Amino acid sequence: MSIFEDITAIQNIIYIVASILFISGIKMLGKEDTAVKGNFLSAFAMFIAVLATIIFIVDPVILLGGILLGAIIGSTIALKVKMTSIPEMVALFNGFGGLATFLIAWSEYNSIPDNYFQYLLVMVTIYIGGVTFTGSLIAYGKLSEKLKVAKTSIVTKIFTTIFYGSILFLIFSILLPFMPAIGFNFFTVLLAITLLGGIGFVLPIGGGDMPVVISLLNSFSGIAAAFAGLLLLNNVLIVAGSLVGASGLILTVIMAKAMNRSINNILFVGYASASKGSSSEEQGEVSPINVADAFLILESASSVLIIPGYGMAVAQAQHVVRELGELLEENGTEVKYGIHPVAGRMPGHMNVLLAEANVPYDVLAEPDDVNPIMDSVDVAVVIGANDVVNPSATEEPGSPIYGMPIIEVHNAKTVFVLKRSMSSGFAGVQNPLFFKQNTRMLFGDAKESIGGLVSEFKD
Amino acid sequence: MEIYALLGFVLILSIYLGLELISKVPSTLHTPLMSGANAISGIALVGALVLSTDSNLQSAIAFLAVLFASINVFGGYLVTNRMLKMFKKK
Repeated sequence: MSIFEDITAIQNIIYIVASILFISGIKMLGKEDTAVKGNFLSAFAMFIAVLATIIFIVDPVILLGGILLGAIIGSTIALKVKMTSIPEMVALFNGFGGLATFLIAWSEYNSIPDNYFQYLLVMVTIYIGGVTFTGSLIAYGKLSEKLKVAKTSIVTKIFTTIFYGSILFLIFSILLPFMPAIGFNFFTVLLAITLLGGIGFVLPIGGGDMPVVISLLNSFSGIAAAFAGLLLLNNVLIVAGSLVGASGLILTVIMAKAMNRSINNILFVGYASASKGSSSEEQGEVSPINVADAFLILESASSVLIIPGYGMAVAQAQHVVRELGELLEENGTEVKYGIHPVAGRMPGHMNVLLAEANVPYDVLAEPDDVNPIMDSVDVAVVIGANDVVNPSATEEPGSPIYGMPIIEVHNAKTVFVLKRSMSSGFAGVQNPLFFKQNTRMLFGDAKESIGGLVSEFKD
Repeated sequence: MEIYALLGFVLILSIYLGLELISKVPSTLHTPLMSGANAISGIALVGALVLSTDSNLQSAIAFLAVLFASINVFGGYLVTNRMLKMFKKK
């Protein structure tokens, strides 16, 4: 056996070890007690896989320079970014992973594929990687609110059309070897239309549906990496990529279930316009409340459930919310948080925000845990959440959100709704909760309102 | 073609394994899992490192692939770690 073969054998053994570590790592990442260790384990797996690859590196100066530069940029972003900007950062990193696979497939195309199967893999990997890249960039723009394009605008329609066109062009490219020669450079067109198509894929999808899109793009970046692994005949790429693809798929399904909508409906249809049903017209009047009165009710409550939504993230109210929760507990009140899986703009958004404000995770409850005991809750405080507490989902069969699992705050003894104005939620559906007998509206900025309650408690 | 059948088998098995491993994730960990998985997708770095560099275009592509995959890896793991450190029990 030559030295060369020895090295290949050792490299493959290291890849197998890395694959096992990735598998254990991602398993541990799914449990609270072991998550930190799991992340370390998978980082270690990445480290040894890269190390084993560097042995065969073709052009050390350029490529090691690339790693170094990437390490500096990536670490700087990761350590400097505010925790509230996490959703868009995850989207951005995800996009970069997609871009890397896009470039890998491009390079392999230039090296001229040996057989049709390789050619097919190149086309598919370019497409998934490219769509992941530009799609994630658009998701980044939407999440950081730098990009505001209406679903109905002409720009959105043009890009959506390009997206469908890009799928057709991909099919055309895949079938090309069976067709007579054509007179233009189809590959350059494919590269361009793929990137534009990714924009069109995410652009029409609204903010409230972002958790699904983010999970799906996450899944795509894994699948693209796995395909790149097939292309390069590299097993660690296949294993790690598949794990990411699977975990993204699971999150996508969890998110879609939490909205009671099919993935197809979220991606290609969007919410129908608000129902014009008779019941949503007869709303009656809302009962506003001020901070002083709200304080008196909270002070005498023995159990309080806080339901945060995207509005809490916008108002950056998580720290005052935590403070209010602590003051209530000092006052002898039992405090819990009801977290809906799709509250916010990414899976687990509320959990991250509250963790940042030092709320322990064992007081965060899921809808299935709080709904059965809702009638024993004295006050449910809804902070900037709307669709996830909309009773139409259980009471009004004609409503666009009918059937969506919600947190049934309307069954609590008293409900406080903190809201800026009477505007409807993302789904564009009027919320009958606001007009219920036991609901009190506390209008204004969530941070100021909660801050007011906190200072009342301190006096 | 035999090699593709074998690797395709690895692919399917790994996806199935992934689905089995992470089917029940508490919602607290949805974001960290996503972000941690995202960091793992930076494994594309291993692929990027073996790309050919025999022309200027190929070198440029390989360099960019390594650069962006590295940002994904380092950024992804560090952000996940920062996030996980915030989660505390009472």
